[in-house]
This record gives sequence, C-alpha cells and structure tokens, in this order.
Amino acid sequence: MSDHEHHHGESRSGAVSGGSAGDGSRRGFLAKAIALVCGGLATMVPVGAGLWAFLDPLRRSASVAKFLPVAELTAIPDDGVPRQYPVITDRIDAWTGFAAEPVGAVYLRREKGAKVVQALSATCPHAGCFVEMEPTGRCFRCPCHNSIFTLDGGIVAPSPSPRAMDALECRVGKNGEVEVMWQKFRAGVAAKEVQG
Amino acid sequence: MSRDARQTAAAPARKGLVGQLGDFLDDRTGYRALVHEALYERVPGGARWRYVWGSTLVFAFMTQLITGLFLWASYSASAQTAWESVYYIQHEMAGGWLLRGIHHFMAQAMVVLLALHLLQVVIDGAYRAPREVNFWLGLVLMLLVLGMALTGYLLPWDQKGYWATIVATNLAGIVPFAGPSLQQLVIGGSEYGHHTLTRFFALHAGFLPGALILMLVVHLSLFRKHGLHAKQPITKPDAMFWPDQVLKDAVAMLAVMAVVLGVILMPALRAMLAGEAVVPGELGAELGAPADPSLPYAAARPEWYFLFLFQFLKVFEGWGATGEFFGAIVVPGLIMTVMFLMPILGNWRLGHRFNVAFTLAVLAGVGLLTSLALNEDYYALWVDKASLAEAEKLHDQTGGDPEKLAAALDNDTAKVAAMTNQWKKLERVRHSQAFLEASRQAKADAARAIELAGRPEKIPPAGMLELVRHDPKSQGPRLFAQHCASCHAHVDPLTVDAEAVIAKSSAANLYAFGSASWMQGLLDPAQVAGPAYFGNTAHKDGDMVNFVQNDLTDEATWPKADIAAVVAAMAAEAGTSPPKDLVGLVDIVGLVDRGRKLVASDDRCGGCHHFRDNSTALGSAPDLAGWGGREWLVGIITDPTHEQFYGDNNDRMPSFGKAAEGALPPLTREQIGLIADWLRGEWYRAEH
Ligand code: FES
Repeated sequence: MSDHEHHHGESRSGAVSGGSAGDGSRRGFLAKAIALVCGGLATMVPVGAGLWAFLDPLRRSASVAKFLPVAELTAIPDDGVPRQYPVITDRIDAWTGFAAEPVGAVYLRREKGAKVVQALSATCPHAGCFVEMEPTGRCFRCPCHNSIFTLDGGIVAPSPSPRAMDALECRVGKNGEVEVMWQKFRAGVAAKEVQG
Repeated sequence: MSRDARQTAAAPARKGLVGQLGDFLDDRTGYRALVHEALYERVPGGARWRYVWGSTLVFAFMTQLITGLFLWASYSASAQTAWESVYYIQHEMAGGWLLRGIHHFMAQAMVVLLALHLLQVVIDGAYRAPREVNFWLGLVLMLLVLGMALTGYLLPWDQKGYWATIVATNLAGIVPFAGPSLQQLVIGGSEYGHHTLTRFFALHAGFLPGALILMLVVHLSLFRKHGLHAKQPITKPDAMFWPDQVLKDAVAMLAVMAVVLGVILMPALRAMLAGEAVVPGELGAELGAPADPSLPYAAARPEWYFLFLFQFLKVFEGWGATGEFFGAIVVPGLIMTVMFLMPILGNWRLGHRFNVAFTLAVLAGVGLLTSLALNEDYYALWVDKASLAEAEKLHDQTGGDPEKLAAALDNDTAKVAAMTNQWKKLERVRHSQAFLEASRQAKADAARAIELAGRPEKIPPAGMLELVRHDPKSQGPRLFAQHCASCHAHVDPLTVDAEAVIAKSSAANLYAFGSASWMQGLLDPAQVAGPAYFGNTAHKDGDMVNFVQNDLTDEATWPKADIAAVVAAMAAEAGTSPPKDLVGLVDIVGLVDRGRKLVASDDRCGGCHHFRDNSTALGSAPDLAGWGGREWLVGIITDPTHEQFYGDNNDRMPSFGKAAEGALPPLTREQIGLIADWLRGEWYRAEH
C-alpha cells in the first residue's frame, strides 16, 4: 500500500511540471493513471477483506483422528457377519459444540470366538455414499452406483469403486470395549489416503 | 468477412494477443462503443468536486454489495444461529472483523453521502425539468437505503438490534388499518424469532437491494440521457467525464474508503501506541450480548442516523398512540411529500429558494434533534457534578417535594426558583447516568457473552442465550440484586464506597463469602458485631458475637495459631483457596487438619456447631461441615430455617427454595445454584 502511495505521489508532482510545459496528452495520461490507481485501491479493500474471510476455511485443519469406543467386544456376535454401529463423539461445527453426537457409522465383524474384530468404514470409497448390507447378509452394496463388496470389505469386480472398503484401525481397550480409529479417506482414488 | 480475414492476417505483427482478443470481442459485442459512450460524456463547465457525491454513493453501494455477499457466505439467519454466526465472523474467522467493519461503517458513510448528494442536487436545482423523474427515483433510492440500514441492524440478533427493531416494528403497527397486519407480516408472525430474521434477511439482502439495483440502473441511465446538470454559471471550458471527472470521483471514493478504514483501525492504532495488545475481534462493528426478550435493555437506541426520529417521537410523548402516529408517520410523510413536490415547486424562482431553505431546515432539524438526543444520553459526562451536590442533598432531604423545598429555603422565591432549576438539571443528570450505566452493563454483558462463546466446548446447539442464562457470572449479580441485595451487601470492603453500602445493609456482606479473609473477619472481635457481619441482624447480641468478642480474645484458650488453623479449615470446607499468608506454608494440610479438630471439639466451635461426627446435634447453630461450599450455600438459600442452618433462630432470611403447597418457590433450584456459584466465584474464565 505505502509503495503505491509513494509511486502515486511522484506521478502527481510529475503532472504539475508536465502541466506547466503544456503537455496535454501527458497530463491526460497521468490523470487516467491516478484515477485507475485510486479507484483500484478503493475497490481492492472490500474485495480483499471479503476474500480474506472467504478463505478462512483453508486455515482450519481437520480434527485429529483418535480411537473412539464403539461397542463391547462381547456384545458383537461372533458369526462373521458385519454389524453396523454408530460412532459417537463430541463434534464442533463452526460455532456450535455438540456433545456426544453420532457422527457416522462403522461395520464391526467378529469371527467365531475371536478376541479381535475387523472394522470397516461405512463410507463408500467411490464417492462417499453410505454403504449398506444386503438384506440377505451375504455382501455389502452401495445404493448410489451399486458397488458390491464382500463381507470383509473386499472389492467385487467390476466395480465403480476404485478400492476395497476402508478398514479402520481397531483395538480392544482395557475394559473390553472395541475402539476404532475414526478417520476419513479420500474418495474416488485407488490409494487409501487419509483426508485432511 | 473480408475485414476479419484481413485482420487475422495482418494483426499478429502489430497487435498483441490482448488487442486481438479485444477486436474479436468488439466485433461481436460492440463493447468499445459502449465503453466510449460511458466514458466520453461531456461535463459542461469542466469536472468539479461537487459532482462526486453520486459516484461515491455508487461506490459505497458496490462496497456493500461485495462485503454483503461475502458476509452472506458465513451468516446464518435464525434465532439460534444469527448471533452465533456473527460472533464467528467477528471473532473467529480471519479477516471477519475487517469485512464486517467495512460493511457496518460503509452503511453509515452511505447515509452521510446520501445527505450530501441530496443537498448538492437541491442547491444546484438539478431536479428541474426534464430531470424530475430522476429526482423522484433518487428519493426512492434514499428510502431503500434507509430500509436496508433498518433491516440490517437486526441481523446480528444482539440486544441492541433486537430492541431497536421491536420499537421500529411497533411503530409500523400504528399505521391506520393496515398497521397490525403489516407488522405481523414483517415480523413473520406475532412473536419475534426465526421468521423475523429470515424475513429481515430476505429484505436486507434480496428485495431491497434488488429493487435498489433496478432503480439505480434507471437513475443512472436517466442521468446519462439528460446529461450532467452543470452548476451555473459556466466559466470554464467543458471537459470529458473520463478522465477528468473520473479522477475526482476516484479520489473521493478512495477518501471515503480511507475514512471507513480509519474508523475501524483507529482503536488498533491507539492500542499500539499505548503498548497494548490488539485483539482483532474488538475492531470494527461491535456485537452486543445475544438478544434476550426477558432482559430489560435500557440502553436501546437506534443507529445514530435514526436518533433524530427517536428524539422527535419524544416531542409527542404523552399524546399516546395519536402522538406517535403523528410523529412517526404524519410528519415524516409530510416531509417526504414536500420533497417529492420539489421539482414542481422549483419551476418558480421562489419555489427553488423554498426548496433549498426547506432541505437545509430539515437537515438542521435532524442535526438539532440528534444533538439533543446525544445530550440527553451523555449529559452526565459533561456536566459539573460538584455544582449539583447542594441540590442533590436538598433533593434527598425533601424527597423532591416543592413545598418542603420552599420551607427549607425560608420561602425565598429567588432561591426556590434557582434550586428548582438545579433540580431539573439533577433530574437530567440522573436520567443520563441511568443510560450510561445501562450502556456499561450492556458492554459488560457483550464482553461476557463473547468470552463464553470462545470456550473450547463452543456454543451449545440451543444457542448462546442458553449459555448466558446458565452462566453464574452473568446471572448471579442480577439474581442477587433482585432477591438478596435488599438485605445483604456484596461489595469488596477495600473499594471506595464500600463502607456506605455496608452500613445501609441489614445482613452480612457476602463479598468473598467462603474465603479465608471472610472467615478472618467473622472471627475478628472488632468486626463480628459490625455491619459487615452480624451488626445489623438479630444475631448482633447472639452467642456467636459473644463468643468471638469474649472467648476468642482470651489468648490462653485461643492462641492466634489456633484461630488461623480454624480459618484455614473453614476455607478448606468451602473449597476455596487457602489464605494468602498461608500459601507456601509447608504444613498447610497439617494446619487444616488441626483446624478441623478444633472446629469439631466440644470446648471450641463444636460446643454449639455440629461438625461431621462430633457430639453436638444439629439445630443449635449452622452445621459447619462443607460450610461455604456449593451444597451448603444452596441449602441455606433454599431454607435457612432447616435445622442444618439457623433453625428457629433464623433472623429474617426467606426460604427461597421452599413454597407453600401449590405455589412456586421464589427461586428455582437452578437459580439458587447460580447465586451460589457466583458467590463462590465459580464460573468459566478464558485463559489468556
Ligand atoms: S458412492 Fe458408492 S458406488 Fe458410488
């Protein structure tokens, strides 16, 4: 800003000397230049302030991924069929803070007698729809573009989805609660990349 | 076709890509002729500064359009999100304060520019034939801008916008016949809420600016059609709009923007010069506390450019609805009618003079009313209060009774007249002080709401008001003033007026109740029977006072160290921090333990007070277990006649949480909790 003003001061003093020499076209040029600079600066202020605020979301990073308790290990039937569980955590949406809100869902699957479970994100890797279980219970199907996945999340070709369902890191806590690493992955690409 | 072909063949050598693209576009749109027509307008008599107002107004409007659209990208119009989203823009978004500040202050600049533009047009007689229609359009544009100002004021849904809008919409309600329906339509129902906001927002950002743009296009094209109305007599040669007038316009625009930025950034500059930290969220437009229909707001004032109307209505006070109708609708309506007639009146020489005089008179009237309004509100700031001390004393003595005043002044008519004048002044000072106090309170409430909104947990889904209503720091003082302050003082003994306040109270001073220093005072023989403790109560000659004054003074039974131990133990019961002079003492835990034993023991406090498992039964004196803690406080406020507290010995304290069958208690459990938390100083504090 100060640069502009400096420059602009010089031009004006130029205009005075040019004017006394009677150089009309030169004066006209300076008038045009000064008018453009002034008008431009004045307009830049609201546009700049607007863009500054508009770009604010780029400054904000996604919330840190963390392990969230989802269900009791023993409460998950050990029949190898995935079951859907809500993921509940505190959520902040701009100015509002929600305490213990359902923010999404995962499928948990436990094999006979297993002490570990497999966790799959319910978000479709194709374009983010909510993947559902077929009523028969034999596979997953995404209602949007019909991607089909096996019960362990594997891709069934040909598929609109570029990759298998996203497995989530998963552990069993001290008190027997299954905890899932709640993360989002980029949709539409073959590689599984954490989003944000 | 052949021309095109020639150009494409020959151009690359002489013309750059931009030039070629220009040719391409011009062939298909003819934009060069349009631009030429727009820029090369003749300005008879040369460019002048007095012609810049119209252009600065267009610029100001463009600024509002740009900043308004960007604000729109972050604003959410509902009763639970309007304040919250504006808070977020102002205090959390990078640059939000600047964006909002520009929008806020440019709106005010626009009103000033409107007045200047109107004044210039009327003085120059630019409304005369054939420009009448354009003048009328200009007046409509002015009303639209004022309408946008009025609707924009509500959008943050803060106290001041809320209450100002209630007044404005109620005034709309007094329009004959259509009034009530009109009011209901604007409000979006019979209550102020979601639909008031969505409607005001649609008006502010849709209907009104849409209409304004349409009118502006016609206004500008008519302006071009008739050409600029030159100031007579013309003494200089004509000039071209571009660049001569544009240069002046652009400089004026930049100046307007500089003023707006100056207003926003001035406090930052001042803080920097004073070496203080600059908090960006505090720059620019202010944001009041969230709108609360249950909270009186004595600082309610419209934006300054509507203050004259506000003041004007006061002229008709006491005339009831007829007066308001007259002041808010008839007079402004007549003024607008005269303005609409100006182009016709202006055909006569005398008519033009009348128009100029009328406009100046209206502006002078507006100025006068505005300054009257400001003077009424801020009078106490510039009046010499010392000169009114005498009048104040006399007023208190006589209760403001003129007869008593005459008697007090030995019926000296001159003196009585002088004093009556002084009393009028005093009345105005008190009026103004009330306003200033309300403004101060409003500022404090706003600051508190903003502090709370910045909690890491953020704002609850029910909105900011919910949080404020459950905040001990906001609600405690109000509840205390309403229910407790008629007996209890709550004032830091170290402040200037403390002594007078405490002397007037009829129960203990509860400032820092539960702290070691409070307990120290209670156990001080010089203070226990004073007005800050039991002095103005039925316990003045009771056992406790007797005990403190006689037993505690006996150093043989009560060495100083024992008293200190009791103080430490009681502060520990209350859960407040240990006394300052004991902090750092290695054995504070030991001290508290020893104190607790003293409190419990039969031959010490425990002789009268129940404490944990000592042998004294409840009922003879307040239970000291958990004394001053939240639960204890809630208990005593709920029912001091309970055997855990004063039982039958309760002085005059009402049981705030108990009520006769079928009735509601004076205070809810939650309200009592708020008072307790506030007394204990337990509320959210932002970490800095
Ligand atoms: S989003 Fe699931 S198949 Fe397209």
